[in-house]
Amino acid sequence: MTTPVNKEDAFSQFLLRMGDNTLILGHRVSEWCGHAPVLEEDIALANTALDLIGQTQMWLGLAAEVQGLGKSADDLAFLRDAWDFRNLLLCEVPNGDFGRTLMRQFLFDAWHSIQLGRLMKSSDERVAAIAEKASKEVAYHLERSADTVVGLGDGTEESHRRMQEALDYLWPYVGEMFQSDDVDAEMVKAGIAPDPASLREEYDTLVSRILTEATLTIPESRFAHKGGRNGAMHTEHLGHLLTQMQWLQRAYPGAKW
Amino acid sequence: MKNEWPLWEIFIRGQHGMSHRHVGSLHAPDAEMAIKNARDVYTRRNEGVSIWVVEANHISASSPSDKGPLYEPSESKVYRHPTFFDIPEEVGAM
Repeated sequence: MTTPVNKEDAFSQFLLRMGDNTLILGHRVSEWCGHAPVLEEDIALANTALDLIGQTQMWLGLAAEVQGLGKSADDLAFLRDAWDFRNLLLCEVPNGDFGRTLMRQFLFDAWHSIQLGRLMKSSDERVAAIAEKASKEVAYHLERSADTVVGLGDGTEESHRRMQEALDYLWPYVGEMFQSDDVDAEMVKAGIAPDPASLREEYDTLVSRILTEATLTIPESRFAHKGGRNGAMHTEHLGHLLTQMQWLQRAYPGAKW
Repeated sequence: MKNEWPLWEIFIRGQHGMSHRHVGSLHAPDAEMAIKNARDVYTRRNEGVSIWVVEANHISASSPSDKGPLYEPSESKVYRHPTFFDIPEEVGAM
């Protein structure tokens, strides 16, 4: 982990965080393609994954531009190793069952929609424009994942049990979204992005409303796994994901179609 | 298959001023999810501005075996087609 010394470094770190979240989660969601429990959900998940990959192109494209090292969004996506990724750990944990995938999606979508709402007012107009475009997609993601969490949570005995297990497993990954560091302080100072900690109250209100409707119980512990968004320590799952996601560019450098 | 979600028929309006057209069917647990699924399955390429969903078992259909009494009588009623009028040329295509 390198401590950023100036605004440009902090800005590109911030952009990597946004783009790596959508890239890694988008890849995870795409793993369901052809495997979802019903056709309709299969297509819906693929749509979500594609939305997230599309947003990745914008965030990582801007990150590459700000870095000014002549790299492209593709270079950043396919030619970095695990320690260079800046996504939340939540995005890289394995899918588990369908319920856990949708719970993870909901917990992310809720944060994502609030974050994008703030970024639409960014002092950097490129950031504001990306946020504006992404926010419409994410509003739909949130509506869909929230509905599914309620449907399964307040569903059968089995679906309720699975959703509670998913929430218990994923909740310790929520806290990382709100941990502020030097990069964030620099972004707040420049008016580019909000302080992550300032999103927590709105997030808790939204999430507890939906989870209450889903008859699910939020774990009391506020323990939070961390190390994803600053790159200090990813889970062992990220490396496995990258071997799948990056193998083509690694095996056939520069391959195009 | 008692655990199957009900079948929904999906109608989509392509643009304002047009009528909704049947585009296909899908499964969903309720009407709200049927609209969401229709959005994901049938409007991926910018096809629609409005979606209707109707649970398939609420649709009543004519029986194919009734086609004689239902449709054949109209075959011999040529006077129902407005083909006996001379249209002035300046009217153009009707």
